[in-house]
This record gives sequence, structure tokens and C-alpha cells, in this order.
Amino acid sequence: MASSGGSALVIGSLFSWLLDPAHWSGPDGILTRLLEHLWYSVLAMVIALAIALPLGLWIGHTGRMRWLVTATNAARAVPTLGLLFAFALWLGPALRGNLAFLLPSTVVLVLLAVPPLLAGTYAGVEAVDPAARDAARGVGMTGWQVLRQVELPCALPLVMSGVRTASLQVVATATIAALIGLGGLGRLLVDGIAFGDYPQAAAGALLVAVLAVLLEGLLALLQRRLVSPGLARTRRPVGGSRNDDDAAAVEANARLPVGQGGIPGGSS
Amino acid sequence: MIRFDGVTKQYPDGTVAVDDLSLTAPTGKITVLVGPSGCGKTTSLRMVNRMIEPTRGSISLDGQDTGRMPQAELRRGIGYVIQHAGLFPHRTVLDNIGTVPRLLGWDRKRTAERSRELLERVGLELHLGDRYPAQLSGGQQQRVGVARALAADPPVMLMDEPFSAVDPIVRDQLQDEFLRLQDELGKTIVFVTHDIDEAIKLGDQVAVLRVGGTLAQVAEPSYLLAHPADDFVADFVGRDRGYRALQFQATPRLPLRSERTVVLGERPEGSAAWLLVVDDDRHPLGWVEPARIGGRAVEDSDLHRGGTVARAGGTLRGALDAALSSPSRRGVVVDDSGSLVGTVLAHEVLSAIEDTDRPERDEDDPVHGGAVAVAADEA
Amino acid sequence: MDWLADNWRTVLDLSLSHLYLAGVPLVVGLVLSLPLGWAAKRWRGSYPAVVTTTGLLYTIPSLALFVIMPLVLGTKILDPVNVVVAMTIYTVALLARTVADGLLSVPDHVEQAATAMGYRGLRRLFGVELPLAVPVIAAGLRVAAVSNVSIVSIASVVGVSQLGNLLVDGYRRIIWGELLTGIVATMVLALLLDLVIQTLARTLTPWRRAAGARS
Repeated sequence: MASSGGSALVIGSLFSWLLDPAHWSGPDGILTRLLEHLWYSVLAMVIALAIALPLGLWIGHTGRMRWLVTATNAARAVPTLGLLFAFALWLGPALRGNLAFLLPSTVVLVLLAVPPLLAGTYAGVEAVDPAARDAARGVGMTGWQVLRQVELPCALPLVMSGVRTASLQVVATATIAALIGLGGLGRLLVDGIAFGDYPQAAAGALLVAVLAVLLEGLLALLQRRLVSPGLARTRRPVGGSRNDDDAAAVEANARLPVGQGGIPGGSS
Repeated sequence: MIRFDGVTKQYPDGTVAVDDLSLTAPTGKITVLVGPSGCGKTTSLRMVNRMIEPTRGSISLDGQDTGRMPQAELRRGIGYVIQHAGLFPHRTVLDNIGTVPRLLGWDRKRTAERSRELLERVGLELHLGDRYPAQLSGGQQQRVGVARALAADPPVMLMDEPFSAVDPIVRDQLQDEFLRLQDELGKTIVFVTHDIDEAIKLGDQVAVLRVGGTLAQVAEPSYLLAHPADDFVADFVGRDRGYRALQFQATPRLPLRSERTVVLGERPEGSAAWLLVVDDDRHPLGWVEPARIGGRAVEDSDLHRGGTVARAGGTLRGALDAALSSPSRRGVVVDDSGSLVGTVLAHEVLSAIEDTDRPERDEDDPVHGGAVAVAADEA
Repeated sequence: MDWLADNWRTVLDLSLSHLYLAGVPLVVGLVLSLPLGWAAKRWRGSYPAVVTTTGLLYTIPSLALFVIMPLVLGTKILDPVNVVVAMTIYTVALLARTVADGLLSVPDHVEQAATAMGYRGLRRLFGVELPLAVPVIAAGLRVAAVSNVSIVSIASVVGVSQLGNLLVDGYRRIIWGELLTGIVATMVLALLLDLVIQTLARTLTPWRRAAGARS
């Protein structure tokens, strides 16, 4: 394992590693790893959204089964690393080929993405102004129209917070999944450490960090596009007049693992 | 016409919110449901558009049983205004107003035109249309709420404490404009409030409900003030009901006296203790004590402005109040253009009050006495 | 269970290192977050900057941060200091915003009353604002504690010993007892830390219990 003599020297070797064209192409190249990483992440997010979004909307809309949100939140205490290893040991031997790595990893990624998505969606729908909901029914919207035209758009800021938290969680955990044999950028990192190739490990780390930050920026932009400006104004605790309602909202935000991510991207 | 027929709402836990309510809200009139909290007034209102389903009894709209109408369509045909406006925070003001027209399938252009028309109608400037609800004051939000309810021009409106969350001055203003609007539109309105003053000001007919959801009395406001059916209604209507009832009695011929005046900026003449100061158009400005200013011209700062001004042909309450609040004890009466007509003394207003009749008591039916006449389809 | 009976001393040792690696950053992070959060409230213009910066730090996956740390600090890759500093960064990233939000959650009328009574500057902060912000800050601290404990286990990948060693070793040698012990011990540690913070917050805010009892 490369011990860093002088940082400058290490940074130099990191960049020469990164700038070497041979490291970018080929089946083990950075580009392939990047695409793999994105593919695993998108796959897990799509599955998690398909589960958490309808479930969260339903819980928020009907107010039934709220314990499920609390229960999934409690799952935060489970160490991701342990979860990955446990599923790999349990499912891996029964599967063949690439699936032996892909399935356990995807299951864990989905398991980790569901809680923030569920909490965000549920909390978002729950937080819709009861007067607005009452008015929506009162002007003659059907249950579906209330959900589609009022509850979902009003819940969107918190839903998107959940999406951002979940995405970072997934990208970060996909990195660690290299430990159980999955591809992706984590390979550079994990192999670099294993073979004492610190420049490669550092390059992998840098690439993962950049990917996470870019993704966060992209999702933030998407959120700005999707969420009505009428809602954005009231969300900010800064500026304008504040009252006890806002304080409660802030407190609720802090309690939930949503917002700027109750779980750091690093939790994996 | 909205008709409640033996309507009862009982919740699964046994609480009775509304108990055997029978009531008619006549077409084109404002019926106010008023009572303390827990009297079932809001529940009664929400049963009309079936936000709450009655346990027993029926509610009909122009003779049609609402229980048999499709829920969403029923609601789209009834304007609905609630306490905190309940505007959709993610939609602009114009989009909020256009909600029901869009639900009814109007195209964008027609909806936008109608929304703009209503924005002006409720007294908001057009540029507010592109704002979001969070950018409006409470009073403005409430106006948008009314505009949204009016958008598809429903014949019936339900209003649940629409003005109670705004400050008193704005509330007064909103009430006045609401009455002006109703004069133009003539909707059939059921209006819920806990504020008896609001009920009396706005209602063509006021229904007082007591805790437990039973109807205590329904009558025209003036009748309610003059003949409360029982102690509960008397108590609820308030201690100064005798005085307040005067606002429903138009001034008879009051013996107006002519008043000596001085125009602002001129020297007062004569030896009167109080002189009324007017402007060039004889609009009263205030009272002055000539002895205090020592023969110089009257300046703006010399004016006592305490008195209210009554309109000739206005109400007895206005006339009496003008007399009581005047520093000279002479109540100023003006014509419709605001020019001085004369003054009146309190005891003269009181004599006039003694000469007027109280609203007739209908001996047969103490509860429904004096209710707004309902057409023959009552039978 | 057999595995635990034979190795409980190791588990205890690893638990203590785990507690150290997760707990020290929690305390240091809180201390650093107070002035940051206060500044974000005092100068409202700096609030978005604080939120954005901490938010971005937060997005960096932990394994990546552990590996990058030596580059920034000039330390050796196996040095536990890397982990402590990285965990402190995460803690500050979460708490700076929470402290700001907590302080902002103090109702205006309370602050104005305190000012009217002559509270000034630091005395107002420590006497009125901070105590009232405790519930919000404690909520953030609980989240930070639980995630810190979970993240620290990953440090085993870069060779820093704590409960994560049980996970890695249990997986490599396929010892279910060791792997499950690692998972459970990590969770127990997280819950214990959570409980300590909850108790501390409750002791610091007796008025909340009084209000709760009344309702």
C-alpha cells in the first residue's frame, strides 16, 4: 500500500494516472466502469421508485400504515457494509455468473433507497395544507384528481429531497459493492487499495466524488425545474416572516432523513 | 333553494353533530348559520356539498336530492369558500381561480379570460394574477378564494367562516364588498360564522344553532334582535341587541335643525359654544369652540373630529350614534353627496325610536318567525 | 452465539475503537457547527452558502473521502486520523445547517422579548436561543450519530480497525456468526449513542416534558 511521502508527489502520480489514455478505454477502463456504475444506480433507483412512490403516496393520502415509514427509518442503523456482505453470502452461492454479484448488490441498493424515498413522499403528502386538500375536494376533484393535481405537486419538494438522498446513497453504496465483486467505479478504488496502487485508488475516489457531486447538482436543477415556484418560496427558512408553523416544519425536516440528506452520501 | 329535511349527523363514536335540522335557504338570499363552536354549523354546511354525508334526513337543491347526485359534479356546481382560503400553493392566482372551469373542461383561453374577469370583480389588480398564493396577504388570498368559488358561475355558494382569519379592518372591507357583489350576482348562499355581528350584517336570514346541533331560531336579523326565541338566543345575540337592532330601522322624518357653520379659514361669528366647520362644498369637517381661538380664523388644528356623520334616510343607529359621538351633542346629518343637511339631538332620535314599531312577532311559529318569505313550493 | 462467546474480548475492543472513531467526530463536529450555524443565522445572506457547501461535502461517498483524505492531510493511508477527520467533516456538514435551522426556529416574539429584557449578544445566544434550539439540534445530532456509526465500519476497507473488521473477516472466511455479530454490535452501538443523545436532550429541555404532560 502506497504510503504518501509528500502530498504533492502523490497528487502528481494521481493525475498522471488519470491522464493516461490507456486507463480510460477497454473493458476495465474508466468509461466502462462509469457506465456500469450508472447502470447499477439507475436500475436500483427505478425499482426503488416503483416501490416507494406509490406506497408513500398511498400512506400519505390515506394516513394508513404510517408505522411502515417509521420502521424503514429505523433500518438506517443497519451498517451498509454488513448488509452487502450478508446478502452476498446468502444469495451469491445460489446464482451463476454476473448475476451472483448483480442481484445481491441490487437488492441492497433498493433496500437502502426505499426508506428516504418513502419518508420523503409520505412526509410530502402529509405536509400538504389541509385547507388546500379540503378545497380540492370541495371544488369537485375526484380522489385521483386531488392526488394528481394537488397532493403530488405540493409534495414534490420533499419527494425530490428523498430522491436526492436515495440517489447519493445508491451511488455511494454501488462503490462499496465492488467489495462483493460488482463492477463500477468502486472497482478502481477497491482494487487500488488491494494491490497497493494508491494513485489508482485515489483516482477512483476522485471520480466517485465528482460523479456524486455532479449528480447532486443535476438533481437540484431538476428539482428547480419540477417544483412550482409557489412552493419554493415557503420552503426556505431564510428571509420573509417566520412563525411557529415554519419552526415546526424545520423541526420536522431535521427529524426526517430527507432534506439535504439525513443520510450522507457517505453512509455507505 | 337549499332545503334541509330532518338532517342528522351522528359520528361512529356516538357524537351528534347535527340533530334533526330542518331549514330552507331561499334562492338568491344569504342564509347565515351562526352559533358557538360545537353547534354543528360547519357540519351542516359541509353536508350540502357532501363533504360530509348525513346520517339521516335529506338535503335537496332546487328540489333535487343531493344524495342521488354524483359527488364530484354536485361539488363543481357549488361554490366553496373556506376559512384559510385553501388556495393551491403550487398554482398561480389565475390558475387557482380557473380550477373549476378546467375541471368542467373549459379550454385554456376561455378559462384565462374568465379568471381575469373574476380577479377584477373581487377587487384585485390584474398583475397579481401571475403571483403565487404565498405572495399575497391574507385578505387578498381570501378574495382569490371567493373568485375561485365564483369561477364557473355556480348558483349556490357555501362559505365557511371566510372572513374570520383576517384582521378586523380588512374583514369589514371584505364584508362590504361581499354584499356589493351579492347585490350584483344574487347567489343562493349558505354562510357559516361564529360571529353574531357578521351574521346580522350579512344575513338575509340568520339561523342560530345551539351546541348539540339543534336549530334554536331562524329569522331575519332585525326580528332576531327584537324577538329572540329563548334565553340561549337572547344571550348569544348579545347584550346590546336593542341598540344594534336600530341599524335595521330606517330613519323616519327626523326634526332636523339648521346649523350655523363657518368655512375653514374664516373667522367665526356669533357667540355659540360650538360651531360646525365645513369646506366650500358644505362637507362637514369638524367642530370648533370659537371662545378658545379668540377671534382669529379657524385653522385645521382647531378642529374636533370626534363625531360620526349620519346619512339622511340612513338608519336610526347611525343617527343616534352621530348625536352621541358629537362634541356639541348635535349629530351631523348629510345627504348622499356628503353635504350638510342639518343636525339632530339624541333625545329627538330617541323620540323617533319610540314612535317606530318593533318587527312583528309571528305568534304561530316562534322558531321560524320572521324568516325570509319562501315561495309556495315550501308546502 | 458460539463465535461471540469465544471472541467477546475482541468485539469489546473493536466496539471501543468504533465508539472513538464515531464519537469524537460527533463532539468536535458539534463544537465546530455552533459558530457556523450561528453565523448563518446572524448573516442571513450566508445561509445559502453554508447549506450548499455542507450539502456538497455531504454528497462525497465515505470510501472515497477516506481514500482522498491522505492527499489533503499528508497522512498515511492507514492512519486513523483520516477517518476521524472525514467523520468530522460529515458531522459538520449535517450539523451546521441543523444548528442554523434550530436557531432560526426560535420564534421571533421570544427573541424580541429577550432583547427587550436586555439580553445581548452571547448571553442571549446561550441563555435563550441555544436552549430553545436544543430539540432541533438534538434531532440532527441523533441522525449524525446513527449515520456516523454506520459509516465508520467502512473504514475497515482502508485498514482502520473497528467493528467493520468483523464484517470484512466474516465475509471473507464465511463465518456467519462473526458477520452477524458485527452487524448487531454496530446497530446496538448506534442505538446506545442515540439513546444517550435523547436523554441528554430531554434533561436539557425540561419544559418540553411539562408541555407534553399537559396535552
